[in-house]
Amino acid sequence: MTDRVDALVVGGGSTGCGIARDLAMRGLSVALVEQGNLTHGTTGRMHGLLHSGGRYAVSDQASARECIEENRVLREIAGHCVEMTGGMFVQLEDDPDEYFEEKLAGCRECDIPAEVLSGAEARDREPYLTREVKRAIAVPDGAVDPFRLCVANAADAERHGARIETHAPVTDVLVEAGEVVGVEVEHESGPGKRNHREPGTVEEIRAEHVINATGAWAGRVGEMAGVDVEVRPSKGVMVIMNVRQVDTVINRCRKKGDADIVVPHETTAILGTTDVEVDHPEGYPEERWEVDMMIDELSGLVPILAEARTIRSFWGVRPLYEPPGTGTTDPTDITRDFFLLDHEDRDSLPGMTSIVGGKFTTYRLMAEKISNHVCEKLGVTAECRTAEVPLPGSEDFSVLRDYMDEFGLRSPIGRRSVQRLGSRADDVLKTDEPNPTVCDCEAVTRAEIRDAIEGAGSDLNAVRIRTRASMGNCQGGFCCHRMASELHPNYDEETVSAAWDELVEERWKGERHALWGEGLSQAALNYQLHATTMSLDREPAVADFGAFDSGVETATDGGERTTGSRPSPDPRSDGSRSEEGRNGD
Amino acid sequence: MAIESDVLVIGGGLAGASAALSAARGGASVRLVTHKENTLRNASGLIDVLGYHGSDEPIAEPFEAISGLSDEHPYRKVGVEAVREALALFDEIAGDLYEGGHTSTNTLSPTYGGRVKPTSRYPESAAAGLASKSENTLLVGFETVTTFDAPLAAERLDASVPFEVRGVTIRFPGEFRADARITRLARALDADELLDRENRVGTREELATRVAEHLGDAERVGFPALLGDDEHRDVRADLEAELGVPVFEVPMGPPSLPGMRLEDRLYEALDAEGVHVEAGNPVVGYSEEERQITAVSVDRGRREIPYHAEQFVLATGGLVGKGIDSDREGVYEPVFDCHVPQPEERYEWFHDRVFDDQPYARFGVEVDDDLRPLGSNGEPEFSNLRAVGAVLGGYDLAREKCGSGVSLSTGFTAGSNASEDLQ
Repeated sequence: MTDRVDALVVGGGSTGCGIARDLAMRGLSVALVEQGNLTHGTTGRMHGLLHSGGRYAVSDQASARECIEENRVLREIAGHCVEMTGGMFVQLEDDPDEYFEEKLAGCRECDIPAEVLSGAEARDREPYLTREVKRAIAVPDGAVDPFRLCVANAADAERHGARIETHAPVTDVLVEAGEVVGVEVEHESGPGKRNHREPGTVEEIRAEHVINATGAWAGRVGEMAGVDVEVRPSKGVMVIMNVRQVDTVINRCRKKGDADIVVPHETTAILGTTDVEVDHPEGYPEERWEVDMMIDELSGLVPILAEARTIRSFWGVRPLYEPPGTGTTDPTDITRDFFLLDHEDRDSLPGMTSIVGGKFTTYRLMAEKISNHVCEKLGVTAECRTAEVPLPGSEDFSVLRDYMDEFGLRSPIGRRSVQRLGSRADDVLKTDEPNPTVCDCEAVTRAEIRDAIEGAGSDLNAVRIRTRASMGNCQGGFCCHRMASELHPNYDEETVSAAWDELVEERWKGERHALWGEGLSQAALNYQLHATTMSLDREPAVADFGAFDSGVETATDGGERTTGSRPSPDPRSDGSRSEEGRNGD
Repeated sequence: MAIESDVLVIGGGLAGASAALSAARGGASVRLVTHKENTLRNASGLIDVLGYHGSDEPIAEPFEAISGLSDEHPYRKVGVEAVREALALFDEIAGDLYEGGHTSTNTLSPTYGGRVKPTSRYPESAAAGLASKSENTLLVGFETVTTFDAPLAAERLDASVPFEVRGVTIRFPGEFRADARITRLARALDADELLDRENRVGTREELATRVAEHLGDAERVGFPALLGDDEHRDVRADLEAELGVPVFEVPMGPPSLPGMRLEDRLYEALDAEGVHVEAGNPVVGYSEEERQITAVSVDRGRREIPYHAEQFVLATGGLVGKGIDSDREGVYEPVFDCHVPQPEERYEWFHDRVFDDQPYARFGVEVDDDLRPLGSNGEPEFSNLRAVGAVLGGYDLAREKCGSGVSLSTGFTAGSNASEDLQ
């Protein structure tokens, strides 16, 4: 482990991880520090849309072109993170024709494949669309798993020698003789992989150049260095449904508006979103009206959503930025383009660059441009290779083999594991040990959980985002404790308990925004399983064991206890129990 | 043919069964209709009367603590004597399937999460494992049973009990898929499936052999609750004979074999008392005359059939069993639309930390001292309807560890009172 590197990246979101991979592949020594988990900030809180560019084809054609290019690149280098669902811009009866035509023309100008569908054709593809559909434009939108993508970037950066530190918030930016020379971080759980309850240490990491890739938190890091970075955080809500009501991305074809997109994502569909400027990237209100609006508005597009089961909601903050003096008041008008702020040029403070704005789909391109900039600063001439070299998991994406026999897994479980793992499936799933299912809803087996623990340490939320365990219908009611058990005995009981509590608490955080109908019923069941059957709600303080009864102690003929071995007086006559109808969890 | 009975009980869980049994014993003709699988298969099988009230110190004497509960608590409606009588009825019905009836003091049971929990009655299969009995303990888990990690549970228990607990994980004897259900493993023990035809070694003997090498100075051995189903006594007896120490089950979540064994016992008792049980069809409506229910209608797929009775008992469960349901606008009781007190604002149904004192956990109908659901005006909704068990509001069965006791005692009271009220 080195404490002096060529480049230090602050921020473990898609951009930061992308930069770390890019620079490490070019041969630089790199460290990345992240205050929470990888994807802790904005990346882990988006709806998982892989833009075709169609969304920006009218308002921002430069972005639209970048999107379709990167869309093609990611399909190649990150096949195991992408599902090419396709997408539609749907025009309802009352939506203006003019905008529809503009959108279509815009797509074509930007080289985005676009096909006009009649209302009937659109409903053939997506039967749950409202009958009010007039026309639609089909575009190559897709779904992308931001967690998997981000983790794959970090893993590849590590493979190229980078040091990745999560749960390591920056406590100071080191400025010496008018120059940024590194940062001070606090390791909340000891350096390396996260280990709950390990006492923290403070470390100075020195670097030739520091890259502030903290998105909505960029202002805070800027402040530590003494420069102004005025990011305008804007919150958006996402509501997760328990099944995929649609299999393609559904966009409303009209000018900007809240609640206008449904993205199919793994077993779920995600409804989005709002755009409300907030004061800080954390601690903003998460409000009921936002959740209700998603369902009310989007059920106009897909009526079945009004009756469907919601499993949780979450909020993310966009790191919006506009150059000083633009004076935009509505956050939806602020460009989604990104900005590279060289603090030497801008603030006469050499040694640091901030990257702000931007969007997930073009993270790789942003990383390339910043890496170019950093290399130029450091006199490095190596070329960027991230558009050609596949990410770990996508090297050999010939996944549709019969994994059922190969890994001893039943078909749906095997198929889903392989989809998640891509070309890593062999490494992870081929184990001599039994490989039982740990999370039934999302079909995650022990081998996958253990692989994630190897990568993430005792942080079960990091295990969760790598595997999807606990993210299904039961929201962890049946599997949080099973996931925790997999930490033992490599981690002691105290560590396991802390990680377990943290996961249960995190699941509740999103679930509580879906507390009605099936969601409330599930929450009540989870609460009863955890609190009644396991007594997880209490740290029992038994002052006097002697005050409690210790059972019947009557001796029988052999001097043995009556408990346990009494012969059955009356064997029951109801026959053997059928497993049918009883064995489902 | 008209369907008629004196008392009609809606719901087939612990509360419904208790109501039906006590009504039948009071001399009434009783019919019990239950829609879906009841929630007993989710339940550990432990019968909790009252485990906590206020502090984190578990309650040793639950009956004494009842007087300290708030007026809204169902125990305060039925009174402590009814709780005792209901438990006595349970003891009689459960017979040798359960223990704990020799005392009114709580015991402490280990949970599969590795914590101890105060409880009042426990399956006979769990009796040797009480945490309030000071004996060195070996917990045995199975590689593929991911819901119970014996070494972890042991480490946790060991830290809180005054005896030694060790845990070991072994492979379950026989060839099973890695994700075989625990009911499949229980069946292998039930049948004592042969593993080695030449030497006639069965599953039970092989299991004992695998455990024996880890036994050390353990004075008892605990397993996840999958030691047989129909033949659970024989399975345990064989293991005890081989190992030479008492063997017990650690109660678990769904699918819970102790819960299912209890369910079977209750339905045998209902049968013995002449209660007519009908499963599989929901109650979807009712008719009334002057705030007296005359019949409920049961959806039998093709037709809605009226079921007439003099007295009705609502035992449909809480949020989990859907006896209480909700939508984005509010919380309601779906069969009779009885009033359910609730904060108007949905975001006041919960608090921000999962184990806070959650308002939603107390959702349910409000009743008078005769368990008749009250309207928002404080008057009984119907003169001949009583509500029992988890459909009742005003208590948090998970936090207080009192679910079974409330179900039994309110069921008992409603059943007795219903039979007394017959004209």
